[in-house]
Amino acid sequence: MRLYDSSLAKILCAASILLLTGCSGPFSTLDPAGPSAHMVKLLWWGMFWFSLVVSVVLFVWWWHAMHRDGGDVEQDKAQKALNKWVWYGGIGLPTFAITLLLIFGIPYGHRMLPHADPNAVRIEVTAHQWFWRVTYPDTGIELIDDIVIPVDTPIDFHLSSEDVIHSFWVPRLGGKLDAIPGRTTVLRLQADEIDTYRGQCAEYCGSAHAFMQFELRAVSQDDFEQWLSDNAVPASTTEVSDD
Amino acid sequence: MTNAEFQRRMAQVWDNLPGWGQLAAVNHTSIGRRFMVTGAIFFLIGGVMAMLMRTQLALPNQDIVPADVYSQLFTMHGTIMMFLFAIPILEGLAIYMIPKLIGARDLVFPRISSLGYYCYLFGGIIIMSSLFFGIAPDSGWFMYTPLSSAEFSPGPGSDFWLLGITFVEISAMAAGVELTVSILRSRAPGMTLSKMPIFCWYILAMALMIVFGFPPLILASILLELERAAGMPFFEVASGGDPILWQHLFWLFGHPEVYIIFLPAAAVISTIIPVFSKRPIIGYKWIVLSIILTAFISFGIWVHHMFTIGIPPLAQAFFSIASMLVAIPTAIQIFAWLATLWMGRPSFNLPMLWVFGFLIVFVCGGLTGVMLALVPFNWQVHDTHFVVAHLHYVLIGGMVYPLIAGIYYWLPHFSGRMPSLRLGRWGFWLTFIGMNATFFMMHLTGLLGMPRRVFTYEAGLGWDGLNLLSSVGGFIMTLGIGLVLLDIILHFKFGKKAEKNPWQADTLEWATGTPPVSYNFASIPNIESRHPLWDNPSLLESMSKNEHGLAEIRHGRRELLGTEVMSGKLTSIFHIPTHSWWPLFSALGLALVCVSLLVRVYPLAIVGCVLAAIFLLRWSWENGAHPSMAPPTKYDDPKIPLHSRTHDGPGLWGMVITLLADGALYLSLLFGWLYLWLVAPEWSMPSVSPLSIPLLFTAGLLLTILVVFYHMQIRYLKAGNDRGLERNLGLLGLMGVVHTAVLITLTTMAPLELQSSAHDAVIFVMLIYLIFHSGLGSVLTLMQALRVRLGYVGKTYPYEPIVLRPWWTYTLGIFWCSVATFVALPMLWGS
Repeated sequence: MRLYDSSLAKILCAASILLLTGCSGPFSTLDPAGPSAHMVKLLWWGMFWFSLVVSVVLFVWWWHAMHRDGGDVEQDKAQKALNKWVWYGGIGLPTFAITLLLIFGIPYGHRMLPHADPNAVRIEVTAHQWFWRVTYPDTGIELIDDIVIPVDTPIDFHLSSEDVIHSFWVPRLGGKLDAIPGRTTVLRLQADEIDTYRGQCAEYCGSAHAFMQFELRAVSQDDFEQWLSDNAVPASTTEVSDD
Repeated sequence: MTNAEFQRRMAQVWDNLPGWGQLAAVNHTSIGRRFMVTGAIFFLIGGVMAMLMRTQLALPNQDIVPADVYSQLFTMHGTIMMFLFAIPILEGLAIYMIPKLIGARDLVFPRISSLGYYCYLFGGIIIMSSLFFGIAPDSGWFMYTPLSSAEFSPGPGSDFWLLGITFVEISAMAAGVELTVSILRSRAPGMTLSKMPIFCWYILAMALMIVFGFPPLILASILLELERAAGMPFFEVASGGDPILWQHLFWLFGHPEVYIIFLPAAAVISTIIPVFSKRPIIGYKWIVLSIILTAFISFGIWVHHMFTIGIPPLAQAFFSIASMLVAIPTAIQIFAWLATLWMGRPSFNLPMLWVFGFLIVFVCGGLTGVMLALVPFNWQVHDTHFVVAHLHYVLIGGMVYPLIAGIYYWLPHFSGRMPSLRLGRWGFWLTFIGMNATFFMMHLTGLLGMPRRVFTYEAGLGWDGLNLLSSVGGFIMTLGIGLVLLDIILHFKFGKKAEKNPWQADTLEWATGTPPVSYNFASIPNIESRHPLWDNPSLLESMSKNEHGLAEIRHGRRELLGTEVMSGKLTSIFHIPTHSWWPLFSALGLALVCVSLLVRVYPLAIVGCVLAAIFLLRWSWENGAHPSMAPPTKYDDPKIPLHSRTHDGPGLWGMVITLLADGALYLSLLFGWLYLWLVAPEWSMPSVSPLSIPLLFTAGLLLTILVVFYHMQIRYLKAGNDRGLERNLGLLGLMGVVHTAVLITLTTMAPLELQSSAHDAVIFVMLIYLIFHSGLGSVLTLMQALRVRLGYVGKTYPYEPIVLRPWWTYTLGIFWCSVATFVALPMLWGS
């Protein structure tokens, strides 16, 4: 019995910790505030419960098999029994699980991509060791480690890097994407609530990696327009800074 | 000769030299043990580093370990565990076990075993020394460029990693080639492939995966080191390189590597379960099929480490599905194990406890693995502690647990004594509980957004309690591992003496004695079943007497039975070398190369290269009919020829398998070339090839004629005609020298901009690769001519030139392939 108890205890313990600490937190993927993060949260809990059932069944079965006397089953008979197990358990179960996963996963993944959208706001983010330079095209606004976005609006972050590879990540809004020297990658995120979110670098990028964080403030669309026009840099200055 | 006298003579021929002479040992039992003990020491060092990291992360905002030390710790922890512990210790287990399981006295290339061990040991020491000097590599164990390149890691840390690991990898390649050939060609007669113990199938797959999987990393390491030391821009964007190429090459190795680690561990599980269930494994064929599937699929899933670099969605979907498919062969094996237990009469003891732990931990790791293969989920948790949790579940569950199960299972074999059940149980439970406490929490911290490789974190993010628990768990696990270690150490003194086959197992290793004799088996019977010791228990005694085949020792040679690949039919006797100092000297020469490249004293590196080449060629001299190898004696069996008197033998197979690895390296270079051409953002290609076309075709013509004539010469030789052999081989060798000289002229004449053009740098590497092959082929051919003169090669001993033939064929192949893809294709395509 000791074997069985301990695995059960482990799961219960984990569950209680999850309940105690809760799923919230400024970097929690389980406390989503945008469509991408929301879909991932659904995927996670679906996969979690499915895996829990599969593993508990398997562990109990295995424990029982180790403690029962199977008698002297002839090799032929055993082989036939096994063939059934393999077809249902070894091939059927994973195929079913994978298909189910992909049925949800592929469309979800597709919806997170930066498809052409006339409402999408473009923001350029250049990663440096160890800060984020954020620029707003057309207005010439430049921020460091700070991003302002309109709520309920798809935002396309155009990411690149000035030195090593970094990874841009706002866990409550969605997945991460690498900022790679020599190329530009595009990450689509959207915030559903007016709030201040926190982001960080996810790819190890040198000694201050742990502190390469930023803030992302989602404001109402009107406030955003206002903010843009308040802070826009006059055209002539933009040209100079571009040179 | 009486049996006692026979056994004494056998021991005389097979035992290692005493005292310092142990350093010249080549015996697989000795080398296997050395690999395992060294691997265990590295495991403990890596473990201490993990404890330091867990101490630092136990509470938020700590500064026990500063950031720059922390980065060295996590880089070295990963590097040590992967390259200096997991792979070598499993290689050691395979080297120790394989001959005993297939009824052979040793591996087919014993000197290669020894070379491999020394390369591993010296490489490991070189890498560890960087930590001692406080200049260890610090850009993570997968060394992503440009962080690891000269600009962002100016110190020697990355060089230690690149040179040291490449040095260590010689041992993996050696084991890969040697294990493959041994399993295929030196099984006891009658042991068809389908009668092979299941363990051997796993190791065969692992060995072949090493052969194809390691070359991409070796190439990548060479390229990055060339970039760092000589400024050749393979991974630097501005000059036409691309940092993503490193990721492709690294993971092209890195993912197969996970299965290179898992397969031998699963081999242990598949060996132990039937023995303790007291019945044959159910689904032998299903398992073999799963092994082959795993090996194949594992080469098609490397991109799942790179889902966040922004590759096209269709490619992501492909690699996502392929990654999930690995679940199928794994699940098949799990059900085969389950069925064997279910329909057997399992007894529960120490090895089985670890098998049980394996299943729980490994299944958890497998399930999170499928989750990670789902692209949108991966985007969230990639590079977080969720991945750290997953990989430790898979590697500890899928490798450390089975390894400990295997150690306990074979402990009576290693020492002749039994372990202690009480201490062992405590060790298991503490390890199991501690390990789950440590890593289960990391799933949660990862989901709560904690990235990996941060040396500290602020309080109040929801990570505090979980991290503390992880750290406490880590120390409990350490205690558990400590008890296991104590148990193993104490058992050498206090363990109960083991019987001859203490677990009533079915496989031949238990007939070698506990502990085994140096020659494993005094005589080798025909094997008629998959479970020789169950179906014919008398073998346990009779194989240690001179009652079966190969019971002749008066000639003083170390001999194996050579058999056919599929049928296991006896073909010839493989004579193998006795103890030798050349492997140690060669490894020392290579170590000199490695160290002098590290300190950038290049003349010394050249001295090292020359020394290593001399030692290696001198080593190759002691072969065939050479007096120290297998000169004819009056005790030679007239019915079964020695392999050096035939057209086929282990060396030929070793050559072909080595060329497969070599081909994988070349394909990686081709991949790099095409990748940079098609993908690198700043790639530029000159409109005219920098290479002189007339010289190129002169070299090609010479090489083609050489290889055609070489083939003709071999045909004559095989037909028993050795007239003019010495002169012809000499002429062909000289022709090779001229061809190599033309290639060198071509290279020095070409206006290559090595430091500012990735295009030119790749061309240069390709040329060096060709020059190496042509040059070495020429030297070896000239040596053959000399050996004909001395009477070591000829009509009666036609073997060696036949072994050399595939080398020339391969050299010709890569030459024209290079002309086509590096010169002709760009000209046709335009730039």
